[in-house]
Amino acid sequence: MARELYQAIVDGILVGGVYALMAVGLTLIFGVLDIINIAQGVLVVLGAYLSYSIYGHLHIDMFVGLAITIPAMFVIGVVIHWAFIRRLRGTERTSMTLLVTYAVALIIEGILYKIYGADQVQLNEPAINGTDASIHVLGFYLGYIYVYGFILAIVLVAAIYVLLYRTRFGRSVRAIMQDETAARLVGIEVNRVAAVTFGIGVAVTAAGGMAFGATNAFNANSGYDLISRLLAIIILGGLGSVGGALAASIFMITLESVVSIWQPTWAIAVFYAALILVLLLRPEGLFGKKAVRAQ
Amino acid sequence: MTALLRTEGIKKAYGGVRALTGATISVDEGTIAGLIGPNGSGKTTLFNVITGYQRADEGQVLFGDRVITSLAPDKVFAAGIGRTFQLTRIFPRLTVLENMLVAAQHSRRQRHTVRRRAMELLEFVGIGGHADLVAGSLSYGQRKLLELAYVLIADPQVILLDEPAGGVNPTLINHIADRIRELNSQGKTFLIVEHNMEFVMGLCSSVSVLESGSCVVSGPPEMIRTDKRVLDAYLGADFEDDETGPPGPADSPADPAAGEDPSDVVS
Amino acid sequence: MSRGAAIRGGLLVVLLALAIVFPLVFTNPAVTNYGVFAMIFVTAASAWNIFSGNSGYISLGNAVFYGSGAYALGLMAKGWDVQGAQVFDLLPLVGVIGAGIALIFGLIALHVRRHTFIVVTIAVFFIFQLMAANFSFTEGTSGLNSPFLTWQPVPYNQNFYFIALGFAVATIAVAALVRRSRFGLQLRAIRDDEDRARGLGVKTMRVKMSALVITGSITAMIGGVWFYYINQVQPQTGFDPLWDLQIVLMAFLGGYGSVSGPVLGALIIEPGTLWLNTQPQFSGGYLSEILLGVIFLLVVLVLPRGIIPTGGEWIKRLRTHGRPAVAAAVAPEKVGAAVLAAGRTTPLQPPAKDGGQ
Repeated sequence: MARELYQAIVDGILVGGVYALMAVGLTLIFGVLDIINIAQGVLVVLGAYLSYSIYGHLHIDMFVGLAITIPAMFVIGVVIHWAFIRRLRGTERTSMTLLVTYAVALIIEGILYKIYGADQVQLNEPAINGTDASIHVLGFYLGYIYVYGFILAIVLVAAIYVLLYRTRFGRSVRAIMQDETAARLVGIEVNRVAAVTFGIGVAVTAAGGMAFGATNAFNANSGYDLISRLLAIIILGGLGSVGGALAASIFMITLESVVSIWQPTWAIAVFYAALILVLLLRPEGLFGKKAVRAQ
Repeated sequence: MTALLRTEGIKKAYGGVRALTGATISVDEGTIAGLIGPNGSGKTTLFNVITGYQRADEGQVLFGDRVITSLAPDKVFAAGIGRTFQLTRIFPRLTVLENMLVAAQHSRRQRHTVRRRAMELLEFVGIGGHADLVAGSLSYGQRKLLELAYVLIADPQVILLDEPAGGVNPTLINHIADRIRELNSQGKTFLIVEHNMEFVMGLCSSVSVLESGSCVVSGPPEMIRTDKRVLDAYLGADFEDDETGPPGPADSPADPAAGEDPSDVVS
Repeated sequence: MSRGAAIRGGLLVVLLALAIVFPLVFTNPAVTNYGVFAMIFVTAASAWNIFSGNSGYISLGNAVFYGSGAYALGLMAKGWDVQGAQVFDLLPLVGVIGAGIALIFGLIALHVRRHTFIVVTIAVFFIFQLMAANFSFTEGTSGLNSPFLTWQPVPYNQNFYFIALGFAVATIAVAALVRRSRFGLQLRAIRDDEDRARGLGVKTMRVKMSALVITGSITAMIGGVWFYYINQVQPQTGFDPLWDLQIVLMAFLGGYGSVSGPVLGALIIEPGTLWLNTQPQFSGGYLSEILLGVIFLLVVLVLPRGIIPTGGEWIKRLRTHGRPAVAAAVAPEKVGAAVLAAGRTTPLQPPAKDGGQ
């Protein structure tokens, strides 16, 4: 019994790392650009399908395939921002971005349906996610895919941190986060930085998508389930907080994993229960900033 | 004359920044008081604390003999203290008249009485003809007038104006000053934050100077105008005016922690 | 009565007459069916607007009320063995349930900022969908069936049409009343600057909550009507994310925040959607999704304020073409006022008699 519990915890942490990747992208986009990207869920699915198709047609290792999917998703992100989000302005901008990205999500989902149909698929590379492809550590089975996925997640999140805090580009991003007008005044090309940031936020979904696609059977409809979890995670962690997204992902997924032992159907309810608790007790999230009264 | 609105030793910090370090000011009933100081001295923060938009870490705000330090903004407003904002906060999608009606919240009077009073106030400030225009289409100066008008509809005793002359043309500034004098003659007390020295000196009977979060000197405009401490506050303590010679012992900057004794103010 | 008001009043009467006469002229039930759905959506979109349009808190989860209303009606009818036309007597109770859900929902969700609120509505929506699919008393994924109504097809559709029409007219009336009232003013002030409104004494929580309760109650009732009309509800139909989006799209297309906007939007989109679903290439499902997304994008990006406000502006522009924006002040001695009216920096001078300046 205890063994099951520990295994569930370990599984939860590993999978949580992968979710962290997707959640960090989402919260970053909000924190920097005030955009709520509802399309993140379906973009993960798109990334999964991309990895799936690339592996299926080109037979290259799924991790190697990331060299194609990550740049591809980056470009898609930039295009979405440039085409649809860039011109949104006004006091209700953030709400508008939510509607716009929801619409984009619908379109992408529809296209994916058209191309791939409704059947569920899964990315299967036996060497990585086959039944024997696991590490035996201390009596626990850690599937390679989960371990590699977790490591990948850590690496990418670290890379984002470095980007934000050690590069000139990152400084521009943080400047915009604090005061867009001031950033413009010192010569930062806000539109370009915004598009690139959005692209980065979407590009990480390629990695998340690969990991998701390799560990779940999915179809175009899977985006809803994903986005509802991701949204709950970033609200819990605090909209805009990268550390919060990381912590909340691991915590929530682990919690769900543990609850699944007893109640698999309702385990998802813990997400929502946690969400409601947070909203009642601490609306700004665990690591979020309290909304200051304007002026 | 009695002090109608007082703050005592207000301290407020955000993270590492100490915005207010023991701000003590006093406004006498029926006067027009000014609050000046260089950028970053804490003027707007003090306004926010007085009107409840921000909470003081230490210190008290007193209205008459009532402590109002931790009252929420709507309670402060209901108590009789109205306030305008530096970057005019009006309701852009509502009409000018509707803006007035929103502010007449706690008015238990009949709807048409409120409407009539709203129109009167709009006429008084000078935008009566715009009552049915969407407020968002007003110019900046007109918005300032609207803000003044709707704050008035609650018939406050004290009105805090945050940079009423900022960003407006000279004729309009005179018009605003005129309206303030008129209201003052009807018994209203004012506390005005301003950068425009002519405006302040011409209008206020008493001026407090904030620097680095506390009041360094307080008194009638003529006194303030020539006080070395005020110059120091605006230009920095190292500034040496060749004509007046090196700073003497009497000219050393006031201790910021102690705040200035408001008994300097001529009653 | 001013000419404008008389025209508008007359137009309303004409429209109402047309609406009433509609099913009597087009007696084909297939056509009346369009009418029923159109009226259901007019109700739902107008109800959405009462809260979301006025307060600026966009809800992407009104399906929570809709589906709950459907399920509530179904469960009550089953549990208390209510048959035939008496089922309609249960509708007020459904309204109360909708109000109750709105109350709980509001207590949880109305403390957060506007954009977080939208996200919360989505999350709550999924919770309800989950519950409907997994609770045993809701019959899981097979859903509930409604009691049997012994009406013939033509009167069946007609009666439902008039019931839905009644709801639609009542909802529009409520929406208009709200807009004209002080309550509506407070809501709209909240939308413009909630903090400032609160600072001026508006009881923002109470106001928002009241509006949400009205919206929830109406939406639940019309959900019950819908359930009884199509005789069944399932988790994915009662709680359909696309339904939420359609409602929002209708409000935006017609005019976000206006009374007549959602009506127009619903009358355009719902019959259109129904018709498209009868076309073979759309029955796959995904094309309608893509289309919905595309139209949504177009509306939000190109026509963000919707047809009616934008149309109103065009008309105003045509009518006032060439005239100055604001008339100059009447009394020349009020120099200050004249300065403001003309927006000039130098005072207006009456023309000098001796030709100076």
